Amino acid sequence: MLGTGLLQGLAVTARNFLGSFHDPRRFVTTQYPEERTALPEAYRNFPFLISENADDPMGTLRCVACQICEKECPPQCIYIEKSKDRKTDANGKLQLYPAVFAIDLSVCMGCQICVEVCPFDAIKMDQVFELAATERFAGLVHGREALAKPNSYFRQIRLAEAREVDDRLAADRRVAEEKARAAAAAKAAPKPAPGAPAP
Amino acid sequence: MNAAAAPAEPILERAPGLLRDWLLAFLPEPARWMANSLLIIAALLAVAGLLFAFLTLAERKVLGRIQNRPGPNRTGWFGLLQPFADGIKMLTKEDIVPRDADPVLHLLAPVALIACSVLTFAVIPYGRHLVPVELDAGVLYFFAAGAGTELAVFMAGWASHNKFALLAAMRALAQLISYELPLLLSFVPVVLVTGTLSTTGIVAAQAGWRWHFLPHWLVFTPWGAAGFVLFMVSALAESNRSPFDLPEAESELIAGHLTEYSGFKYALFFMAEYFGMCALSGMAVTLFLGGWQAPLPFLGFVPSYAWFAAKILLLLFGFIWIRATLPRLRIDQLTRFAWKFLVPLALVNLGTTAFWVLSGPWAGSLQLLRWAVALALVAGPFLLLGRRLGAGLGPRAYRYA
Repeated sequence: MLGTGLLQGLAVTARNFLGSFHDPRRFVTTQYPEERTALPEAYRNFPFLISENADDPMGTLRCVACQICEKECPPQCIYIEKSKDRKTDANGKLQLYPAVFAIDLSVCMGCQICVEVCPFDAIKMDQVFELAATERFAGLVHGREALAKPNSYFRQIRLAEAREVDDRLAADRRVAEEKARAAAAAKAAPKPAPGAPAP
Repeated sequence: MNAAAAPAEPILERAPGLLRDWLLAFLPEPARWMANSLLIIAALLAVAGLLFAFLTLAERKVLGRIQNRPGPNRTGWFGLLQPFADGIKMLTKEDIVPRDADPVLHLLAPVALIACSVLTFAVIPYGRHLVPVELDAGVLYFFAAGAGTELAVFMAGWASHNKFALLAAMRALAQLISYELPLLLSFVPVVLVTGTLSTTGIVAAQAGWRWHFLPHWLVFTPWGAAGFVLFMVSALAESNRSPFDLPEAESELIAGHLTEYSGFKYALFFMAEYFGMCALSGMAVTLFLGGWQAPLPFLGFVPSYAWFAAKILLLLFGFIWIRATLPRLRIDQLTRFAWKFLVPLALVNLGTTAFWVLSGPWAGSLQLLRWAVALALVAGPFLLLGRRLGAGLGPRAYRYA
């Protein structure tokens, strides 16, 4: 009969109208600045730089200014200047460090390629999305001071990945230490005669 | 507004009249008639303006709730200051007139529209003693003034010098003229039964209760119920409301005849739309829902204007509810619905009413026959025409989709 579909539609909207008052499963709006929903662990938007120590972020950056990310970045939003001097990194090795490391957030597309190509696990994807700036150009170019965040923060936002990275780095460090010890022992021991069988 | 009320009535019922008399007492005698009219106009505009303001808020809140979201809730308590924020925004916006537009007509269109809408408020009886103008042909005046809005809509479309606006104005004209007919035909039965064109007379004819609980409202008769539904459907179309909001179909015509309007002129169009909606709801209440009459005898202590307000708000909620439910019609569906369905039904309803009037003196079991025949005369054509309306047009097969 004409009009029955119309009444069914009105019933649906009435059910939604009344349901929104007593059924929290229907009424899903979060009052954003006051309430926040938990972000999923896989959520990512822009990259940040990992520093080992929260007290001295600029001194303990994992980044060694190898510029692979700068070259791989599809929209070319990363700008790096190498340092003139070298600093010891977490493994006790002398390394270069980025004197300038800047990411233009208005250009970055969040593709994560920089994270995937980084051999030092120095750059990871962040979850901060409140990045409004009052200045269009300078306000959205973040330097290394703004980009550096401690490893503890990374463990906070993405624990599984952070744990995996930490374990791998610790294993690498152990291997490096053993190698160094072996090298030191080899140096201390008399040089074996040429032609003698290797131990 | 009527002369002094009977002193036996409750104080709340007489309060508006007493307030007016108290205010007029400050003025010298010769100026009073003028001040009286101005006072009524000011009161009407204030109430209608506030109703418009909070109706926009209520609409957004109700639509939000129907879509399971809270609606505006940031400005003030529960978003109650939202209409005023919107008003300030509209007032401070730049008023742009296109270079090729006709500047006089472009300015005149919103003014004419709002003037015609406000004129219709004059004859609605808001309460027992609250009738701004008592005309013998009040209903006729109401629809004559309301028809002026069509001219203003076309004026807006023509003056904008924009093809979307012009197309929308043509559509609006086709729609408004199509639906003017069922709108007028649907209230003729009321005039036939009550024998008067005066709005106060029509409300007075609906006084009293049958068996002390069923009010003598015209909607509680078979032809009255049918007339009410026809009236409300036509009123939806006349006030450009969804599902008949073709003149401002955003997906097809940008904003229709409003495309080239900005700032406060745009706000005036919206105000006129809501005024039209309120006026038509007020007329529907007057014609079919007993005007300011209380629904039950023991509820008479509540002032009459409160009952009128309650009924009109109920109808306005219906408007919003329907907007949240139905998608927009196509222009061919719209006109077919008017000419092939509403107009014939309204004409048949006229015949039903004639039968109802003629069978008025029937007594005893003949009353049952009277109701049965009247119900059959209402339901039969509805079912038959309803079957014919969509015949041969659906379901549609999409061959290449």
